[in-house]
Amino acid sequence: MIQLKVNGSARRFDGDPEMPLLWYLRDVLDYTGTKFGCGAGLCGACTVHVNGEATRSCVTSMQDTAGKEITTIEGLGARSEHPLQAAWKQCNVSQCGYCQSGQIMQAAALLKAKPKPSNAEIDAAMQGNICRCGTYQRIRQAIQIAAGVKA
Amino acid sequence: MTRIEKVSRRGFLGSAIGAGALVLGVQMEQAEAASPAWSPSVYLGLEPNGTAVIVAHRSEMGTGIRSVLPMVVADELEADWQKVRVQQAVGDTKYGSQNTDGSCSIRDFYDAMREAGATARLLLEQAAAKKWNVPAAECKGQNHFVVHAKSGKKAAYGDLVKIASTLPLPKKTDLRLKPESEFRYIGKEMPTIDQADHTRGAGKFGIDAKMPGMLYASIERPPVFGATLRSFDDSAVKGVKGVVQTSTIPGFKPPHVFQALGGVAVLADSTWAAAQGRKKLKVEWDLGSNGSFDSGREKTEILAKIKQPGKVVRNVGDVDKAFAEAGKIHEASYYVPLLSHAPMELPAAVAEWRDGKVVTYAATQNPQAVQEAVAGAMGIKKEDVTCHVTLLGGGFGRKSKPDYVCEAAMLSKQVGKPVKVVWSREDDIKFDFYHANAGMYMKAALDDKGRPTAWLHRSAFPSIGSTFDAAAEYAMELEMGMGWVDLPYAIANHRAENLPHKNHVRIGWMRAVAHIYHAFAVHSFVDELAAAANRDRVEYILDLLGPDRQVPIQPVGMKYWNNDQSQEKFPVDTGRLRRVLEVAAEKSGWANKKPGKGRALGVAAHRSFLTYVAAVVEVEVDDRGRVTIPRVDVAVDAGQIINPERARSQVEGAAVFGTSLAMMGEITAADGRIVQSNFNNYPVARINEAPRVTHVHLVPSKAPAAGIGEPGVPPIAPAITSAIFAATGKRIRELPVRKTKLV
Ligand code: FES
Ligand code: FES
Repeated sequence: MIQLKVNGSARRFDGDPEMPLLWYLRDVLDYTGTKFGCGAGLCGACTVHVNGEATRSCVTSMQDTAGKEITTIEGLGARSEHPLQAAWKQCNVSQCGYCQSGQIMQAAALLKAKPKPSNAEIDAAMQGNICRCGTYQRIRQAIQIAAGVKA
Repeated sequence: MTRIEKVSRRGFLGSAIGAGALVLGVQMEQAEAASPAWSPSVYLGLEPNGTAVIVAHRSEMGTGIRSVLPMVVADELEADWQKVRVQQAVGDTKYGSQNTDGSCSIRDFYDAMREAGATARLLLEQAAAKKWNVPAAECKGQNHFVVHAKSGKKAAYGDLVKIASTLPLPKKTDLRLKPESEFRYIGKEMPTIDQADHTRGAGKFGIDAKMPGMLYASIERPPVFGATLRSFDDSAVKGVKGVVQTSTIPGFKPPHVFQALGGVAVLADSTWAAAQGRKKLKVEWDLGSNGSFDSGREKTEILAKIKQPGKVVRNVGDVDKAFAEAGKIHEASYYVPLLSHAPMELPAAVAEWRDGKVVTYAATQNPQAVQEAVAGAMGIKKEDVTCHVTLLGGGFGRKSKPDYVCEAAMLSKQVGKPVKVVWSREDDIKFDFYHANAGMYMKAALDDKGRPTAWLHRSAFPSIGSTFDAAAEYAMELEMGMGWVDLPYAIANHRAENLPHKNHVRIGWMRAVAHIYHAFAVHSFVDELAAAANRDRVEYILDLLGPDRQVPIQPVGMKYWNNDQSQEKFPVDTGRLRRVLEVAAEKSGWANKKPGKGRALGVAAHRSFLTYVAAVVEVEVDDRGRVTIPRVDVAVDAGQIINPERARSQVEGAAVFGTSLAMMGEITAADGRIVQSNFNNYPVARINEAPRVTHVHLVPSKAPAAGIGEPGVPPIAPAITSAIFAATGKRIRELPVRKTKLV
């Protein structure tokens, strides 16, 4: 039996301990905001926070989540909207929107670690998150707005 | 041209709209005479509480179309956008074409949307006039109210619905379309309805759809195109926790069209269990005739083939004579590999077979194609297939082909439960309808200024036609019409030729389609000619374009596929191409930015999807040969722009898409099997590889709305390689760029 917290609620899991967190979130808990894009840690669509750190849920097995606190996109702005979510809307970042949960979760972890990231730090942090629609320049712009730094 | 009728809400929108509502159906005038009697393509409902329900019949894959077309209706209706609810349509021929493809949604539906809105507004104005006993002409719809200025009377739309429903429909000639100066939403920077949801992970995509009691399927498909199942052993599968059963899907009958590829499916109670079970399958295949297909060998064949004369598809003047008399000849061959769409959301659908009917929720660009393909697979009528359209996590043409929906429906029938099919990324990369690999041979005879007196362009590639006719080897009109037979340059002698080529994988259309390889060859060749003549490239292209004029395109033995539009309405206009080139050159500072060490600009200008685009790309090549793109300037004349904000975002995205295919995209095959499998070996541009910033310059235009989703793509690759040449002296004739060592 694995015990963990997801978006503030205590959860118990007694399925296959090898199952990636991604499928637990999506198939079992119905937190479908976390997306599947590659299943191999290559695209960032599945990014959630595990104890506050940006983590690829598609390559994180349930056994490694024992005792951890998971935050998904649904939990990020649950109490009040995250500045990144506001900035995302201000810049109309999304096209199809599919990658954006992962992008925002990745960016949120970046801003926690580096509240005023440089261009190079943004690139380094966001490199693992693919957007096939090509919204990168607006993603960068939105992060800069949320962080209050100049482009 | 349109026809508008009042319809019963029950018949058309069912429970989507409240009781007592006024519902209008709008029919586009069909081009074909034998069109069905009345098949409205637009629906607009007004509920007594004032909510305007606007049906979006096109698929939302990131262009913004399901917001932007309803905004057109809302504008003419004088609706308050806060009181509009957009309702996604199911697949139904009554909507006209729902195939969200070819950058045509605005072009094809703008007028109908306006008339729908204007009709409803006039009805409401007439209703108010009746209520107040004043002339209708004095009543004016304004932001969800009708006002009568003289008396100061004012009534909310919702309060007029009841009277409006009793009135006869106004004649079309009575409609008063708004002048541009009164537009509320058209031409304005309006945010789309989905932006907020996407910041909260709340958008519902195909992969998010669920049906009660459904099983999850993971499917082992034939590893080679056309391979068939010999035998399989699922004894080890049954022991995997969560697995319910295995099931086979029969292979397709040629032509494959959108049929399922066939294979062996593992059905389980979760995505994970199904995938684990699939790993335990042992499957033997008969590989068939494509089992020895090798993409490297095929490239050699294509590049040899295009040295030979082919079927003439355009012929102006006398090319042979000009070549014979020429002082100088320049020739070059270009190659673009197979490419995969790789939308971020994988192909995904859930379907239920029950009592001879199918209900599906699918990420699809074309719900009517879903109805047809599923009906074909199940042997039922297409009316018995209900296709609910979810949001699409990208499409790029992949999701026009509903093989994955057929899989879900077929499996549901076999297991007696709803079935959800989600492809893995490996499935997606290995079993795509690939963008064609193509070889282009270019030859020019040059005068003493280095200007062509004759131009020959040969192409060979597996055609999209092979999807619909297994024997097809020549290009379709559509493929020839894309930057090949429609070259607008002022060159006296011009010939285009096509050589036949057989497909060995499924070939399909991908964002910008045949423009991708034709634009790469044509504009790279222009760049070579300009360099050989030692002339400024912008000036050289302007010279090739010649005086502003409309160039009639008359291919040989076929009609010119002008995006199914007449050349009268949408001529090939060199003046518009000149204008975008000038704007891109000016905005990018072309004249003042001379190439420095490892840094230079490149340029290309191309007409596609009736839109004119010029791109100036700046590249930096470091001493290890790594390429970065600090800046792109794109000038676009797409005719009338309905939503400039979404238009810019499409062009920004197209620059990234173009960068991916130029720099890194390549699908190869060995022993009939696709070599690539995921983003590690089929890379797409990441934030540090994409253009750092793309400036989009929308050129004001009085021309009718053309297209915006795709035309930003074609000029990017040749502009990048043009810039790399200027920066390094390395001429790249084969994509992707990463195959060439730059230092
Ligand atoms: S789905 Fe996890 S990184 Fe791509
Ligand atoms: S918005 Fe479509 S993949 Fe990023």
